[in-house]
Amino acid sequence: MSSQHEHINTSYDEELKRLAGEIVRMGELAIEQLRAAMAAMLARDSAAARAVIAADEHIDALELEASHDVIRLLALRQPMAGDLRGILAALRIAAAIERVGDYAANVAKRSIVLNEAPALPHTGGLQALAETAVQMLRDVLAAYLERDARRAMAVRDRDADLDALHTGLFRELVTYMMEDPRHITSCAHLLFMAKNLERIGDHATNIAENVWFLVEGDLPADKRQKRDMGSGEVTR
Amino acid sequence: MQSAMKSPATAEASAYHAKTSPDGASLAIRGFNLWYGQTQALFDINLEVQQRMVTAMIGPSGCGKSTLLRSLNRMNDLIDDLRISGSVHVGGEDIYSRGVDVIALRKRMGMVFQKPNPFAMSIFDNVVYPLRVDGVRNRAVLEETCERALRSAALWDEVKDRIRDSALGLSGGQQQRLCIARAIAADPEVLLMDEPCSALDPIATARIEELINQLKQHYTIVIVTHNMQQAARVSDNTAFMYLGRLIEYGDTADMFTKPRREQTEDYITGRFG
Repeated sequence: MSSQHEHINTSYDEELKRLAGEIVRMGELAIEQLRAAMAAMLARDSAAARAVIAADEHIDALELEASHDVIRLLALRQPMAGDLRGILAALRIAAAIERVGDYAANVAKRSIVLNEAPALPHTGGLQALAETAVQMLRDVLAAYLERDARRAMAVRDRDADLDALHTGLFRELVTYMMEDPRHITSCAHLLFMAKNLERIGDHATNIAENVWFLVEGDLPADKRQKRDMGSGEVTR
Repeated sequence: MQSAMKSPATAEASAYHAKTSPDGASLAIRGFNLWYGQTQALFDINLEVQQRMVTAMIGPSGCGKSTLLRSLNRMNDLIDDLRISGSVHVGGEDIYSRGVDVIALRKRMGMVFQKPNPFAMSIFDNVVYPLRVDGVRNRAVLEETCERALRSAALWDEVKDRIRDSALGLSGGQQQRLCIARAIAADPEVLLMDEPCSALDPIATARIEELINQLKQHYTIVIVTHNMQQAARVSDNTAFMYLGRLIEYGDTADMFTKPRREQTEDYITGRFG
């Protein structure tokens, strides 16, 4: 239960809105970073990739601002119930988005290395992963903005699709490396990039669970299904 | 003008109690209604106060929490034109049944008020007042009780050297602890506290809250407070009342992190209800 009514103290509402606004801005920035990193990789544009790496600091700065606001709210407002959960969720979601930003920057960084070798034809799978991850981030941000726990859970359920895509791409790249060992360096980078995108899905899931928590006051009951490879499959 | 509406909190509260109060309730309020003349102030209150736990009653002014607290030791009897229905059981006995000795009842239910109300006499005489009323004259008994009560109220070390001085010379926080000592001296089962810290500074408040925490090992405590943070800090269970009804009752940690009812949420988060 989370109230839709306004606080008697209007500046409290403004502070809470400000915090939520920072989270949404962070999320939009992270999505933009991820899209830009993928575009830079596909275009083999190292300058664009470097711009993505540099822009990561904006997300970091917003996270600092959000955590500063959280501390202020906790100290000065003594939030209770839904307010408290919203503030706690904002802190956790900010941390998750900050990690998403790091992964996007890492994708950009590895694309610069890829540009030093001949182009590989095997980047389509990566693009599919990135599109799914971006869609998950968009949906989970919308769920956060609308305080929509069901929509958040739908995002969590989609993580299995992302895991399946990742597993497929992993197999494809391993096969390709076995066929032609000259591509091992590039493919290893692609593997790491795929892993980054898969981890972004985990963070979107994490955000979804926090949206549920802030709306419902507990953790979502059902364990999400896992369709990615077990650790045995990776090490085999 | 009997309330037709069944309190939504009732079923949840009894389920909660079955889980957490194996010893049974110390105080059981059942189907309790109260009228001041034509005005109904309490509507079908059902509440079980658990033994040796702190139960906080919160709610906006006029919600009936103090009226309910005063109903527990029949303080409201003094008000003209007051009617009640339903029952309040203390240790299995209905305190509103015929033939109940109200004076004896109030000894079982010690009360502490908003403003400290020491009598204009020495610290010692204040503490042993309930025993003197009972006719206890034995010096040793009085002194032993005085020290025990003052120690229980965490006041002994501060006043032991001036026990014959006037109680009115104590600070507000000390006076309130003295009133708690006086209530304890009567060896009650239940301590009723009506806004016990609202006239105290934060340090004195913290002392009283720590005292409440210690006293609950021996007594069942019911506290009415306007200060939600205080209810959150000191109580095990919280009852939220609104417009004479019990809206929600349950574990304090749950009430302040995920209340079940929107009215509770609105009140504890400072919103328009």
